[in-house]
Amino acid sequence: MSRVVDIQNLEVTFATDGGDVSAVDNVSLFANAGEVVAIVGESGSGKSVTAKTIIGLLPETAVTRGAILLNGRDVIGLTGEQLRATRGHDAAMVFQEPSTALNPVYTVGWQLAEGLRAHGKYTKRQARAKAIEYLTKVGIPDPEKRVDYYPHQMSGGQKQRVVIAMALALDPELIIADEPTTALDVTVQAEILDLLRHVRDEFGTAIILITHNMGVVADLADRVVVMFEGKVVEQATAQKLFSAPEHPYTQRLLAAVPRIDVSRVRPPIKPAPPVVEAKDLVIEFAGRLGQKSFRAVDGVSFSISPGEVLGLVGESGSGKTTIGRAIGGLTKVTGGSLEVLGHQMLGIKERAFKPVRSEIGFVFQDPASSFNPLLTVAQAVAEPLIVHGRAGDAAAARPRVDELLEAVQLPRAFGDRFPHELSGGQRQRASLARSLALEPTLLIADEPTSALDVSVQARVLELFAELQKEFGFAALFISHDLAVVDMLSDRIAVLYHGRLVEEGTGAQVLGAPQHPYTQRLLASLPVPDPKEQAVRREELRALREAD
Amino acid sequence: MASLTGPRGLINRLPIVHQLRQSVGLQRGMLIAGLVITGLFVLTAILAPLLAPYGYSTLRDEDGVFGAQQPPGGKHLLGTTVGGYDVLSRVIWGTQTALIVIIVAVVLSIFLGVFLGLVSGYIGGWVDRVLVVIADGVYAFPSLLLAIVAAIAISGGQSSFWGGIMAAAISITVVFIPQYFRVIRAETVRIKSEAYVESAMVIGSSAPRIMTQHVLRNATRTLPLIFTLNSSEAVLTLAGLGFLGFGIEPTAAAEWGYDLNKSLSDVTSGIWWTSLFPGLAIVLAVLGITLVGESLNDLADPRLRTRRRADVAPAPTAAASVVPGGSLTDAVDLDSLEARS
Repeated sequence: MSRVVDIQNLEVTFATDGGDVSAVDNVSLFANAGEVVAIVGESGSGKSVTAKTIIGLLPETAVTRGAILLNGRDVIGLTGEQLRATRGHDAAMVFQEPSTALNPVYTVGWQLAEGLRAHGKYTKRQARAKAIEYLTKVGIPDPEKRVDYYPHQMSGGQKQRVVIAMALALDPELIIADEPTTALDVTVQAEILDLLRHVRDEFGTAIILITHNMGVVADLADRVVVMFEGKVVEQATAQKLFSAPEHPYTQRLLAAVPRIDVSRVRPPIKPAPPVVEAKDLVIEFAGRLGQKSFRAVDGVSFSISPGEVLGLVGESGSGKTTIGRAIGGLTKVTGGSLEVLGHQMLGIKERAFKPVRSEIGFVFQDPASSFNPLLTVAQAVAEPLIVHGRAGDAAAARPRVDELLEAVQLPRAFGDRFPHELSGGQRQRASLARSLALEPTLLIADEPTSALDVSVQARVLELFAELQKEFGFAALFISHDLAVVDMLSDRIAVLYHGRLVEEGTGAQVLGAPQHPYTQRLLASLPVPDPKEQAVRREELRALREAD
Repeated sequence: MASLTGPRGLINRLPIVHQLRQSVGLQRGMLIAGLVITGLFVLTAILAPLLAPYGYSTLRDEDGVFGAQQPPGGKHLLGTTVGGYDVLSRVIWGTQTALIVIIVAVVLSIFLGVFLGLVSGYIGGWVDRVLVVIADGVYAFPSLLLAIVAAIAISGGQSSFWGGIMAAAISITVVFIPQYFRVIRAETVRIKSEAYVESAMVIGSSAPRIMTQHVLRNATRTLPLIFTLNSSEAVLTLAGLGFLGFGIEPTAAAEWGYDLNKSLSDVTSGIWWTSLFPGLAIVLAVLGITLVGESLNDLADPRLRTRRRADVAPAPTAAASVVPGGSLTDAVDLDSLEARS
């Protein structure tokens, strides 16, 4: 087996405003032809920086030392023309977000041809033929027509296929895939992983896969490199790493991955008048002039009892966030009925709803942007208390704020810090503290952990469960991750294209899914175990063929 | 993390000082050059009564009349103008006029512009549309023409010291309000969709509270930049008005544009000192303020800001400090925090 890339003692240092930061520290790894090597680690572990160094994509503030042998040639220190020749031909890159990796003003065919023409002579017709050929290879249906499509006419999964086709078209020895499926839905993710596997087997390409998702690693990787704080802590084959992880960090990482467990038993919820009741709820967004309005939520009915956690699962565009926002009064209800704490939300006025707001807490997806950057954490947590007249100003609210920070396991001193001085997990805790400040009877959590690393996510979920037990609030927990929802929810509702396709307890929905969509969703979720995942992959294939 | 408290941290957080410490290389040179020129400009304006050998409208001293178009040297270091004024004194007194016009024009336009932009961006709807159309309308006029019209309307063209200054300042204000309006409105529209504004809404905060607490404080980031750029534009507009004859009478105040106008015929007859020094004064004042503005702009944008190359021996990551309200580049720090949390 030939060694396509060999990284030896790589060190990368960044110059920042706060002084030099060492991002990659003495990293050595390699990839052979026809092999998928996964680099796993949490944000800031240096996995992306390592990969970007291979094709010289680091910003000029970075200083690199060590050696990267790409096909036997050291690429560190290459500049301009030599480096450009390397890109594409020796190594190509697939980016995380396919919608931003494609230029919106050119057709996908043009963009494919652009890469070809940069590395060889092609006539227009030849380039087009080649583009169609590669679109066929990555499984785009109807490639003769799609080659003239603009990126916005394609779905996220198709766009990622185009990006992979662009990488493949130059026949590279190495493809670097930087979180290639993170921005995609699970069902689409499964298809893209299949495609990458096909690329490896068919073209004999070496693939360096950068990811934080252990399920993806188990599904695709042959060998795994675990990185932590810029250092490689463990290298092993996928089989060995998952069955017998050696380094404590790897063990912790694997333990933190949420898993579906249908045998979980939950105490029954006492029957009581529901806090939220939706009947045939319809939410439409007005279209542009001359266009039909868009129906985001279409005839959805559900209810949440006091003290109950309802998990709302669905892919992007399924309307799950819209429902959460409608309950919080951020989006107008356009049809049906939605009763929140005894208030009909259809046509409600902000003035009538304002007193109800103290009963509702809201946790947003991105903890980085849900805090005003100019207020300290204590001031931000005190906001609801001040607005609802429970405290005169931030100083008067401080004792209560300290209590709240303690409840979410943050040190009191963190109250005087600014949001950007906290890590993602700490910020999401502060966000929980803010939403609990008025002791709400209902909490809406919109993907509260999807922006966090696995190990941080595990701790935040634990905290959420504890707080729910302690305060006894009802909650709507919105997520795209079945395993996360399963950990917290008393009941699970599955949304698909604005419709509620299945609802029931975790054991019912995940143990014996009835709707084909739920079945596919469940089968698409990769599990962190290569052997089990191989079995599940076959199941999913059978399911897809049955469709 | 620990560097947030203590006097050092506080000094670093002051606007200009913070940027000065942040800058390196050419950007630092530009910023320092701009600060020095601007500092000299302001100092000259304040100390004009002490620095200038004569008053701005003085035509004679105890030895008699100065005489017109006297070459530099002797009693008149930079010569005298065609009207018989001392050039050096006129240039020095001119800084005072320029500074007052800058201050009045910017103060008048900044409050109104920011308020309108905030309301227009936050409330949206027809209020927003009407205001945007008006702002666009003002943009469509050549700004100098607008300033001339305003100057005539306010003072009938010529007037006393304060009358002339207010005429110039207000006419500049008319042109500037739409600029502040636009910038603040754009920021407001962006910030309105940020999660922290939504989280303030679900808490139940009132609209005025959200506007002042959350939107306004975050929307003012670009103000120092427009402030400096507009200041230099104010100098130019004032000079332009003076040059065209809509400025301030020489007996009311010294004004560079007026002096340039009067020296037009001197240029062809080899009398260089009457036009060179007022012209140089305008160029330096504008250059200094623009340099400060441009460097602030570059430093505020992490993509344009240059940094020192990393040293060969990297420092430990834990020593990294963070400046509140500082910059977007904290991302690197956060990532390392993330890993250790």
